Amino acid sequence: MSEDAHKGYKGEALDALVRFQVGVWSDVDINSTRGHFRGIILPRSEFDDSRHLVLKLATGYNVGIDVRTLRSVVELGRREAHYKIPEKEFPTSPNKPNVKLLGTGGTIASRLDYRTGAVIPAFSPGELYGAVPELADICNLSTEKLFAVFSENMGPTQYIALAKAIGREIENGIDGIVIGHGTDTMHHTASALAFMVQRPPVPIVMVGSQRSSDRPSSDAARNLIHSTTAAATSDIAEVMVCMFGPTSDEYGLLHRATRVRKMHSSYRSTFRTIGDIPLATVTRDGVKPLRQDYARRRSDRHVDILPYFEERVTLTYYYPNMHPDIIDALVEKGYKGIVIAGTGLGHINKPVYPAIERATAAGIAIYMTVQTLWGYVHMFVYDTGRDLMAKGIIPAENMLPEVAYIKLAWALGQTSDLEKVRELMLTPIAGEITEREPTDGYLIFQGGMPEIQEFLRKVHK
Amino acid sequence: MKKADAKPQKSDSLNPLRYVSRRDATPETYRNLGFRCGLEVHQQLRTAKKLFCRCPAGVYQDGDDYDAQLVRHMRPTLSELGEYDGTALMEYRTKKNIIYRIKGKTACTYDIDDTPPFAVNREALGIAIEIALLLETSMVGELHITRKQYLDGSIPTGFQRTAIVGIEGAIPVAGKRVGVRQLSLEEDSCREVSDVGHERTYTTDRLGMPLVETVTEPELLTPDEAAEAANVIRYLGRSTGHVNVGIGAAREDVNVSVEGGTRVEIKGVQHIRWIPELTHNEAFRQKALLLVRDELARRVADEKAWDAIPVRLSAEDVVRLGVVPEGMSAAAVGLPQFAGLLGFGTNPGRTLGDEISDRLKVIACIEKPNMIHSDGAGSSPAVWKDLRRQVGAKTQDAVVVLWGPEADMKTAVETVVERCRLAFSGVPNETRKGLPDGTTLFERVLPGPDRMYPDTDSSPIPIEEETIESTRARLPRSIAERMGQLDAWRAPADTHAYVLRRNLCPLIESLVESGMDSRSAATLIGHRVRRAMGDREVNAERVRWAVGEGKALEIAGDALRDLVVLALLEPPASFDELLERAAYRRATEKEIRAEIRRRLHDVAVRRPEALVPVLMDRVRPLAWGNVPLAKVAQWVEEATR
Repeated sequence: MSEDAHKGYKGEALDALVRFQVGVWSDVDINSTRGHFRGIILPRSEFDDSRHLVLKLATGYNVGIDVRTLRSVVELGRREAHYKIPEKEFPTSPNKPNVKLLGTGGTIASRLDYRTGAVIPAFSPGELYGAVPELADICNLSTEKLFAVFSENMGPTQYIALAKAIGREIENGIDGIVIGHGTDTMHHTASALAFMVQRPPVPIVMVGSQRSSDRPSSDAARNLIHSTTAAATSDIAEVMVCMFGPTSDEYGLLHRATRVRKMHSSYRSTFRTIGDIPLATVTRDGVKPLRQDYARRRSDRHVDILPYFEERVTLTYYYPNMHPDIIDALVEKGYKGIVIAGTGLGHINKPVYPAIERATAAGIAIYMTVQTLWGYVHMFVYDTGRDLMAKGIIPAENMLPEVAYIKLAWALGQTSDLEKVRELMLTPIAGEITEREPTDGYLIFQGGMPEIQEFLRKVHK
Repeated sequence: MKKADAKPQKSDSLNPLRYVSRRDATPETYRNLGFRCGLEVHQQLRTAKKLFCRCPAGVYQDGDDYDAQLVRHMRPTLSELGEYDGTALMEYRTKKNIIYRIKGKTACTYDIDDTPPFAVNREALGIAIEIALLLETSMVGELHITRKQYLDGSIPTGFQRTAIVGIEGAIPVAGKRVGVRQLSLEEDSCREVSDVGHERTYTTDRLGMPLVETVTEPELLTPDEAAEAANVIRYLGRSTGHVNVGIGAAREDVNVSVEGGTRVEIKGVQHIRWIPELTHNEAFRQKALLLVRDELARRVADEKAWDAIPVRLSAEDVVRLGVVPEGMSAAAVGLPQFAGLLGFGTNPGRTLGDEISDRLKVIACIEKPNMIHSDGAGSSPAVWKDLRRQVGAKTQDAVVVLWGPEADMKTAVETVVERCRLAFSGVPNETRKGLPDGTTLFERVLPGPDRMYPDTDSSPIPIEEETIESTRARLPRSIAERMGQLDAWRAPADTHAYVLRRNLCPLIESLVESGMDSRSAATLIGHRVRRAMGDREVNAERVRWAVGEGKALEIAGDALRDLVVLALLEPPASFDELLERAAYRRATEKEIRAEIRRRLHDVAVRRPEALVPVLMDRVRPLAWGNVPLAKVAQWVEEATR
């Protein structure tokens, strides 16, 4: 039998399959010391142990059988599963806006991968239409799979490819772009695109899902509906992230690419705008802006694609006992830029100072951000801050640490002139630095407080 | 609704349903129907925490007591084998807003599906293994957590995490062995608070509680056997001492079919005593639907060519009907060849027309009343005549008039047509809700194996040989053994159910071991304690304590039994306090005999035969606890002689 016939099996379990001349998709009758079992042998996840067979019973349940308990295994037939998302031709109409969905991976629509037990994405317009027919009411959707990588594997190569693909689509006259992306690093990619794709004439909407579409309560379909609605109809021609507002199935939020951050490891409403308010809400009925200071949609086809990225840049999260050799090591390894997420208003401890001096002397760009996420770097308030600035650390205003990292890499990708880099860094391009922080830009209410509990009872979470 | 006779209404061409009430039914009745029943018995496990998160288990609050609410909609997903599940598609069509009420104390982010599952509760798994062994199942080598889709919203994820522990076991029922298909460990669902129109509300306290589901083969051949099997499974679970008791802690889904019919699942039966009536009526409902099918086959030559004739009614028609609430739209659906069938009785007081109305409520979310039909009343003859004309109905045709919010009308009309089309094939695949009166309502389309999906959030859990062996070593006695024990103790027959249900055999056993007469011990628990405690938990430890204390003080047996009951009713009281409450005074035989003589002088009775009882009454307070009352009676007899 081919290797495929034993998909995922290894060791003792593989030996047993071979010994009893059965394989994956065999309908078998098993006699074991634990009793009798009848079912179809399923592929096994590569990460699971080598001692059990997976059997799908007629009731639909899966069970594992310890191969050491096997007395006999008799093949009664074979029944291979053909897992396929129903594909229907996506209906198009000249009256609807054209939207391009660029795929990077992620789980907007997906199916199960037996080998890993994980979900793998489905993507063609036909497949998406089969799973989310509402899309046809919103736009003419076309798709292009640029890469299939998990969110954590997205990097400079992908940012640049994505920026160029967006440029091409805009040139070709698309009305809006949706980018499917895993959620873990969506805010990194979003800010990279915000710097690489400047003055786009149409909305560029990044979207993902926190619960894969293999579960009925998935946020995937609704996110897809929201993001295509935003791409097709919104007047906001910026790079945005579109994800759930509350955890409830109610509305999505459009976040500005440079101010958004994933704030919870698993919540649906994990994306929050930090230090400001979101751009808009979105439902299947349309987009409602929450503010007016956004770039408007234009009919021209002009866009500046600036696909630069210096890979020798790092983001260092400061902690109280940090030793200076961490910074020295970075210098030694040839890093050109360091973004520090400092404590409070932007501080690090004294023992590190000499290393900072050595680094700036070596021509390395060092920028300070705050690990509090909310608020500005204020290095004039305490002596510590003034000392640090004197040693060459540049405060990065209220840029989020990840955004400052991406921006510094992007700036150093264009020039090694540190004065020019400084100018690029401190001139807001896409809202990454704001002049002022609105008083409702920081809202983390404390659960348990009576007035908050009262509010929670009234508003859907 | 009028209480109609369940016999078929006037339609000579129909075979008689030959409905008999359950009281008049015999095993023969069920044999003739081809009655088959299988059970799915759910029992909550008594664990400290929920199955896949660390919330406390078994803490409940009122449906109106909540800290926050959230809304979800459920979408069907593809099964592992690439199919959409039928139920899933139906539920999707209903477009419900599902509202979850959350109380911080009893639900966490796992419960609302915003956190992946934590490792399975080992305490629960241990209990499930114990029950799987008692059911004599083939134990799996590895537990695979599977997702069973529920699009009704009863679980916020849209699926229940469940795993098979063992398959192909058996239980003793009615002198035979009934097959057990499987025993699974699963998380409990939400409790429904309300379901009106497009909004269904659940509370999440019960959600995620560990429970075991025991599924029997459809080998129960009468309603009484079904109830007996439910009891056996319940006793068996409780014999472990690790399952919850009380309302809602054990629930049954009951599968029923008759010859030529379909497996229909009656969901969420709260009491075993409901099972016989529900299954009996379901059998006859299926028989009635089969008769309708046969009649349609006679009337309609080509089923495929049959089609309903839906017509949207004008605003004037709606007003003229006089039954449509203001603001609602209405439609008439002509049903060729259906004359007389919509009024055909299916269950006591219910007809085929009601089945359509039930579906309108569930699928199209239109509250009842939502329709009338030409076999019933509901509008004037003139209006009917006009409606019949509009849909082109002839004498042999029926007409349904339905109404609802405009947005729901499309689904509503489809629902009517779909149900009528299903009448051609007899009994639709359904799950039904069991009502206390023994009838059932449509709940949803019966899901198939296509709704099962591996849980991608968890890894398989091996069940090692050592775990099984160590569990086997401490298994409680089997239910069959316990029943034998009750016989050997000469426990009165009417004590058995209570003793098994509350797992009190071990208590009786220990009382017997401590020297109590076995029949007295069984009667004490099965009669006195049951009467006193009802459905409340019996604290076995306190019973043993009271017996021990009483023996040490040489309290007479009959008084000791009173004290045991008193001890249970007044849990904090010390033994001295209990004796004080019973007004016990220590007295010797000499003192009691003296009391008898003293009282004998005081008593004057008209009839001589009243003397002994009256005297007993007077002497009892002093004698109680010191001497068995039978002995006192003997002394009184002697004194009066």
